[in-house]
Amino acid sequence: MILAFLGQLGDAVQFIFTKSEGPGGAQVGGSQLLPLLREHLVITAAAVGIATALALPIGAWLGHTKRGSFLVVSITSAGRAIPSLGVVFLFFAALGAGFFNITLALVLLAIPPILLNAYAGVLAVDAEAVDAARGMGLTGRQIFSKVELPLALPLIFGGIKTSTVNVIATATLGPLAGVVTLGDPIINPSSYGDAGQLGAAIVVAALAIAAEVGLSAVQRALTPAGLKLSEQGASRRRLLSIPKRRIAPTP
Amino acid sequence: MTASLPFVLAQADSGFFRNRSGESNCVEDNGFCPSWIVHHLDRYVSPFWQHLFLVVVSVGIGFAIAFALALAAHRQRRLVTPITQITGILYTIPSLAFFFLLLPITGRGNTTAIIALTAYTLLILFRNIVDGLDGVPEEARDAGRGMGLTQHQLLWRVELPLALPTIITGLRIAATTTVGLAALATFAGAGGLGDQMASQKEFISNVAVGGALCVLMAVVLDAILLIAQRLLTPWSRVRAA
Repeated sequence: MILAFLGQLGDAVQFIFTKSEGPGGAQVGGSQLLPLLREHLVITAAAVGIATALALPIGAWLGHTKRGSFLVVSITSAGRAIPSLGVVFLFFAALGAGFFNITLALVLLAIPPILLNAYAGVLAVDAEAVDAARGMGLTGRQIFSKVELPLALPLIFGGIKTSTVNVIATATLGPLAGVVTLGDPIINPSSYGDAGQLGAAIVVAALAIAAEVGLSAVQRALTPAGLKLSEQGASRRRLLSIPKRRIAPTP
Repeated sequence: MTASLPFVLAQADSGFFRNRSGESNCVEDNGFCPSWIVHHLDRYVSPFWQHLFLVVVSVGIGFAIAFALALAAHRQRRLVTPITQITGILYTIPSLAFFFLLLPITGRGNTTAIIALTAYTLLILFRNIVDGLDGVPEEARDAGRGMGLTQHQLLWRVELPLALPTIITGLRIAATTTVGLAALATFAGAGGLGDQMASQKEFISNVAVGGALCVLMAVVLDAILLIAQRLLTPWSRVRAA
């Protein structure tokens, strides 16, 4: 059974790297995958871009004003529970096939993590830092743009990363609604064969992992130097296991 | 066999409803049709239970594995990073791709769907159990040790009860997310509400009912876990009051 699996894996890898004639008669695999990859990346970028433009300012501003927690939490829980398959089908059923319609469905799925992280990121900014900024005479708007946003940047970007990985996963459903993404060999194996199906699954998985790893690196680079220092300090404190409150004299 | 049954029924039924569609403009116009939904609710019953089965089994197995891993990592701190990385990769692989990666090994059916869904829950559950155990105040541990509890007793009588709210938060996130992902199990041939939605994906009422039942299932599971947490940690209510 393992040998049979290795054989199929070999066929799948061959499908990824070399072009050949598929069961449907057309040329598939290899360089023929590039247009699919391009469509996949374009629809992901479009959906995440629109979702960020909508959700980031709203989430960050709600975090700044410390209002709307109920709204943010409801949207996030709803976003978790609503099945992506259902959203894609519903947009397909209501609006028909097409790049724009599916992008819209993906935007809807990308909004909750970005909204939540922008909100939580700004909300979690150290109150002492905000007080210090206010003491230096910064206005509310300056505090928001010069203190809260930079300090919240790692978390905000974490939300964009989560959404990107989710959208890469869900864009695989594109062919169900007429958008030929990397999901096409998975959903229409009749024209690509079993090797194409497995090969495309490998490419989609690799793409998601690459996005996660790559965006995590960007996230680390975006973390302000001061924040990294204090994180190191915190972990060192934990290693030495000297909790702060122990040092304080007992009343 | 059981998994394909609802699909066959749905296909047979779809011919049936097309014959009658002349009578109902709503269905013909592909609208949201409450009367059609009421009359055809029975066809969602079996996919609903199949869906719930996938979710409960996946989260259950995922919890058992994550719990064992978290206890090991709790004793051996240096295990936390590698376990987080490995479960992180499993979490990142899209479920849909995971199904097809598993197909050559496990074939179509429940096994494939459950393995992929379980793999997805591990990171969420592991992280929350470890965070919960880390969040136990050192004073509580000291008090337990002072009462003469062994390491084992300390874990089960002090640390785990105090970590319970965080652990259950992880379970709630894992359960609600898995309900949504289990809709994709139709591609693994494991049935569920996704199967029912895919059988008439261009019909709004069908897709809407399938999606709504998923949301309902997620909300109910979430509420059950929340109530369980309240019942299991009566002291947290006393503190709040």
